Amino acid sequence: MTTIHFANARLIDPEAGTDAPGSLTVKDGVILARDEKAPKAAVIDCGGKCLAPGIVDLGVKIGEPGERHRESFGSAGAAAAAGGVTTIIARPDTHPAIDTPETLEFVTRRAAEAPVRIRHMAALTKGREGREMTEIGFLRDAGAVAFTDVFRVSTDLKAIARAMTYARSLGALVVGHPQDPSLSAGASATSGKFASLRGIPAVSPIAERMGLERDLALVEMTGVRYHADQITTAHSLPALVRAKAAGLDVTAGTSIHHLTLNEFDVGDYRTFFKFTPPLRSEQDRLAIVAAVADGTIDVISSLHTPADEESKRLPYEEAAAGAVALETFLPAAMRLFHAGHLDLPALFRAMALNPARRLGLPQGRLAPGAPADLVLFDPDAPFLMDRFRLRSKSKNTPFDGARMEGKVLGTWVAGTQVFAAADA
Amino acid sequence: MAFRARHLLGIEHLSPLEITTVLDLAERYVDLNRRTVKQSDVLAGMTQINLFFEASTRTQSSFELAGKRLGADVMNMSVANSSVKKGETLIDTAMTLNAMHPDLLVVRHGSSGAVNLLAQKVDCAVLNAGDGRHEHPTQALLDALTIRRAKGRIQRLTIAICGDIAHSRVARSNLILLGKMENRLRLIAPPTLMPSGVEDFGCELFDDMREGLKGADVVMMLRLQKERMDGGFIPSEREYYHRYGLDAEKLSHAAPDAIVMHPGPMNRGVEIDGDLADDINRSVIQDQVEMGVAVRMACMDLLARNLRAERGRKIVGMMA
Repeated sequence: MTTIHFANARLIDPEAGTDAPGSLTVKDGVILARDEKAPKAAVIDCGGKCLAPGIVDLGVKIGEPGERHRESFGSAGAAAAAGGVTTIIARPDTHPAIDTPETLEFVTRRAAEAPVRIRHMAALTKGREGREMTEIGFLRDAGAVAFTDVFRVSTDLKAIARAMTYARSLGALVVGHPQDPSLSAGASATSGKFASLRGIPAVSPIAERMGLERDLALVEMTGVRYHADQITTAHSLPALVRAKAAGLDVTAGTSIHHLTLNEFDVGDYRTFFKFTPPLRSEQDRLAIVAAVADGTIDVISSLHTPADEESKRLPYEEAAAGAVALETFLPAAMRLFHAGHLDLPALFRAMALNPARRLGLPQGRLAPGAPADLVLFDPDAPFLMDRFRLRSKSKNTPFDGARMEGKVLGTWVAGTQVFAAADA
Repeated sequence: MAFRARHLLGIEHLSPLEITTVLDLAERYVDLNRRTVKQSDVLAGMTQINLFFEASTRTQSSFELAGKRLGADVMNMSVANSSVKKGETLIDTAMTLNAMHPDLLVVRHGSSGAVNLLAQKVDCAVLNAGDGRHEHPTQALLDALTIRRAKGRIQRLTIAICGDIAHSRVARSNLILLGKMENRLRLIAPPTLMPSGVEDFGCELFDDMREGLKGADVVMMLRLQKERMDGGFIPSEREYYHRYGLDAEKLSHAAPDAIVMHPGPMNRGVEIDGDLADDINRSVIQDQVEMGVAVRMACMDLLARNLRAERGRKIVGMMA
């Protein structure tokens, strides 16, 4: 394999927390050295643009098996490459759920058609029904990086406690969805002025805290390694801080949409702004942004959820929740950078380094020896978002028609270029 | 013209001037409706479809009568016979009806925002006859007309709305309309039936009914849905009546000339005392029904005028 020298770059190093001019040499798919003088290599002139570790996106929904018309590994992979996502951590909320080693082997084989790395999470319980645990050991051997029932929260605490205890013995990571299911049933907005005005069935943001407190108590009881998929309200943060201070093996994530949008964006029942959990108040949004900045929240995910037009062109309450986000992830994150909330190393710590570390993957770093999964981007390049130009099969993005800043110029996986912007 | 709306989806989109325009025109239709010969031809040749995804007797017949008195061809589409039961989506239903070129589409649907969605897909004027717990604009307009006729004005009144506010589209539309007309609003409900965040709408909230009624000029009662009566939101029917049912004693805390309203159908002995509901000196409940037909005639008349003007502009544009 050849040696590549990324010259004249602005290196974003989340591990060191630095944002500085430099160069990077890559050999055999691995980062060889930083700031090497005149190496024998093919030179890529970065033109002073940002070079960062590729994004590791924890919690991407791909429609395989079962909903390939919404998204395939091929289309999701192309979207990821165009969005600077070099590792997709796929969700098991498929049809059927990824709950057996056989299904996991099938999706692992199918995933080969994607130009980026794909790792899979498996269901924690059979059929994600919250009653009987899956073959956590076999699934782990077959490559599952974490176990989750995604947005389904079981009320059978005995079953969940057993699954967590079993997972703990294998050192497996469990990803939970903090939400009280009986309070949130049927709700598609956050309770408050906006939901009342629009007459949308709503759930109190406290329901998230109740779900989180429950999960944290289970973690204390079982000792399992735990990651909360999305913390979206200020009410949940004290519990999270307490758990971390008490030494529980707990991390938390949030979604890029909850960091950049609020409940008022729903406007006149725009279903592309319907999410699980629903968008929150502006105060909550700002509290979550601050929690990412201070490290209380570790991971930012896109929570990419393809939904076809039919499932979105329905009355708000009946419409599907979620948005495609692989391609808009980085530009949306740049909103936080341009607003002065987070610097670039902090963003890539939450979008690449932390999720990789939590899953035990070597990605997310610019250090010698790390995989050469890289994204070259211009944080200032403006563009008008057009959803029909997205590579995802589904076009359900809340950013349609929005003014964005931040363009991916090139993406490399293991030193091989998988995306080059047409106008770069 | 003072009334510019293309559709009547909610009170939210109407200006105070547009509201007054509807009420003024409705007054003329009240007079027409009291004559022996009630026919008008302002909608002659036009087609009105009543599309009701939720069962309704009162609202649907009121719209039907309003359309017929204005000379429109009125068709009622009931859900039981429609292809909705066969899995057709709301938008497909809308497109199918649209292809039949109706001029006025009156829609009731169980989901908030469903009528807005449908209005985006059709060429005709859409009237919201109630969507989920969002809005029921003609109800608020007929209530406003009833109040204006009884009180001589629709401003600077103290109005108490009492009952299941959380699940009521009637309450929401009334809140918006009466707020826009600068009245003093009070909401009276057990906390389980009070929506969150409404204090920001500029209303005073009460869970004690006598307190809330003090000095009120207008008392609007809301219907309590049967399925919410037992245990879920309130302990029981009889406890609800004891604490929130309107009777002569509770009404004595309101202004001496306070009027009593109810959008119907009433649960006598649950939210309102039967004798009080029938007291012609206090209750304007029958007037509300009468005003309903007149207000709906006025709304359809105004929307039809805008529709004709819009089509006229299109034809002129095509010829130019």
